[in-house]
Amino acid sequence: MTVLTESPARPGGAGGPSGGGRRLVELVLRAREMSILGGLVVLVAGTTIANPRFLSGQGVEDIFLNASILVLLAVGQTMVVVTRNIDLSVGSVVGLVAFSAGKFAAAGDHGVMVVLLFGVAIGLACGLVNGLLVSFCRVPALVVTLGTLYVIQGLGYRIAHGQQIGAAELPASVLSLGNDGILGVPYLPIITVAVMLAVGYYLRSYSSGREFYAIGSSPEAARLAGVPIRRRVLTAYLVSGALAGLAGVLWLARFGTVVADAAHGWELTVVSAVVVGGVAITGGVGTVYGAALGALLLTTIGSVLVVLKVNSFWQDAITGVLLLLAISVDRLLALRVTRALRQRSLESAVHRDVAEPAPRRKEGRT
Amino acid sequence: MSRLGGLLRWETAVTALLIVVFAGGAGFSPDFASNDNLSFALDDLSEIALIALPMTLLVVCGQVDLSVASILGLCSALTGRMWDAGMAIETIIPVVLAVGVVCGLVNGLLVTRLGLPSLAVTIGTMTLYRGLAYVTLGTGAISDFPFSYTDLATSSIPGTPIPYPVALFAVLAIATGVVLHATGIGRSLFAIGAQEDAAYFAGIRVKRIKLILFVVSGLVAGFAGIVYTLRYGSARADNGLGLELTVIAAVLLGGVDFDGGKGTLGGVIAAVLLIGLLRNLLMLNDVSTEVQSIVTGLLLIISVLTPRLIAVARETRGRRAGARSAASAAVP
Repeated sequence: MTVLTESPARPGGAGGPSGGGRRLVELVLRAREMSILGGLVVLVAGTTIANPRFLSGQGVEDIFLNASILVLLAVGQTMVVVTRNIDLSVGSVVGLVAFSAGKFAAAGDHGVMVVLLFGVAIGLACGLVNGLLVSFCRVPALVVTLGTLYVIQGLGYRIAHGQQIGAAELPASVLSLGNDGILGVPYLPIITVAVMLAVGYYLRSYSSGREFYAIGSSPEAARLAGVPIRRRVLTAYLVSGALAGLAGVLWLARFGTVVADAAHGWELTVVSAVVVGGVAITGGVGTVYGAALGALLLTTIGSVLVVLKVNSFWQDAITGVLLLLAISVDRLLALRVTRALRQRSLESAVHRDVAEPAPRRKEGRT
Repeated sequence: MSRLGGLLRWETAVTALLIVVFAGGAGFSPDFASNDNLSFALDDLSEIALIALPMTLLVVCGQVDLSVASILGLCSALTGRMWDAGMAIETIIPVVLAVGVVCGLVNGLLVTRLGLPSLAVTIGTMTLYRGLAYVTLGTGAISDFPFSYTDLATSSIPGTPIPYPVALFAVLAIATGVVLHATGIGRSLFAIGAQEDAAYFAGIRVKRIKLILFVVSGLVAGFAGIVYTLRYGSARADNGLGLELTVIAAVLLGGVDFDGGKGTLGGVIAAVLLIGLLRNLLMLNDVSTEVQSIVTGLLLIISVLTPRLIAVARETRGRRAGARSAASAAVP
């Protein structure tokens, strides 16, 4: 994977073969997002032919509402995975926040902004613990976040004590966040798209945003280049935690009725969505837009299974196969591209040899 | 040499903690040290202990298999489905074990042939196998297994408090210990975990060894699925949900480095027993499951955090000692 991002950046070969290499790499990366989009279109078209009601206004709105929360989590997860780490605690954070924010809102009759801030603050605290453990104590991210998954889940259950929160207890402003919208567009997708665009723009266009990719491509090179690795990794976990907190409040607003194991097991769905969306689990590659498309695809598959009356038990199996397919195709493409790039640089080396005799002398020595 | 000393100290610490928990538990609750309770506590550990053996080999080798609990669930669901269809246990067991082998083979082939990271592969197959378990059995349960078989999973060897599955674990543990610590294969596992490229250039068949490890992991997880089913007398698709985390917690708590190349089986076995006793103590004292989940999580974090902190402390001490000796060398 690292070869993908590093090879084209060879100075001096401007307009020559390396320019072609860059185009090839970009084409492959773009192709990933395009192929998911294509898959989505085929899936929706096929299902609509089988059952025309699938594409009704309500059906589409449901898919977007259901996808919003997953997309939000996928955006946060992308920031973490791009730095070659992983955050498995997000599902537990959503559950904890959804319940405790519900309790908070019901008890104090707080306004929606206060509840949102409350939820994001809890999420930030969880992200801070993960981030400090991973970045400053240098403990493997997988193990730490598995541990915090358990701890946060246990805390959530402990707070909930088997109770549940009903929509009737919640203030109207919180419920309206989940059910109303502007000009017929619900708030949830608006919030999600805004967050996605902001994070996407930051990662693409800010130099500190690019450093996330540098860390994931090669931590050692990033360190030598003076990238503040610890601070960036901590930031990634803070963003992931905060977005999980936000997702928890949105979950509360959307469903009204909440139990402590609200998003139980979602961490794997989120990771699957991110990986299916073209974010390499080995870091350094992928965009939030791809991850969002991956999340949308997984949500749509869930709805399609319901519409086609396929046993919903198949959803897990299909998600697993998609994930395996995504990483396998990535790997095969990467091998193919590496070979193509090597071919080109060989050809260009031959050209250079003909043009200037200097490298040939080097060759003669070996 | 100093590294060896450090490792020994870590395992001694785990063993000491084990003894403290045991003594504390015996003092705390009179039921704890009774033969019945100990045999129950050991039996309750069977699957975790069994799966921890191949997991130790995998982690030493720098790999991880997160799909083990899903394989256990799939095999449990299959056992139930086939029993429900009227098949004999004698035919079911080999079929289920074969399914476990195939599951492990899929993991292993994806890791070795395509060169994919085992973490990503087994997160995928974890979802896939659990999904297949649900497809096989839905959300129902099958629990009309005859006592002659369920007894085999719960009763002890006559005259001892050792349940049959634990006796089997002891045999397998000795075999695994010999392979890991007394054979060339074991040495090559450490070599692969320490520096895979170097191991490859040294002539170790890296891919074949990894493939075999994943297959063994699948086989053992499948077997654990049968034990789990018979022990609880109930086949369900969600059997063993989240068990992989406890297994990994045990392996890491036992002093195996998550990055590979370091660790001993003795440490892992001590850690498995420690986790089992802790769970049993919490249960005896009516501590709720959510606290148990918090304890598991904290154990997992502590088990990776402590060695890192020790390493950092040793590094700074070493640097200071180095500076001091350099200073004293400079004085005369």
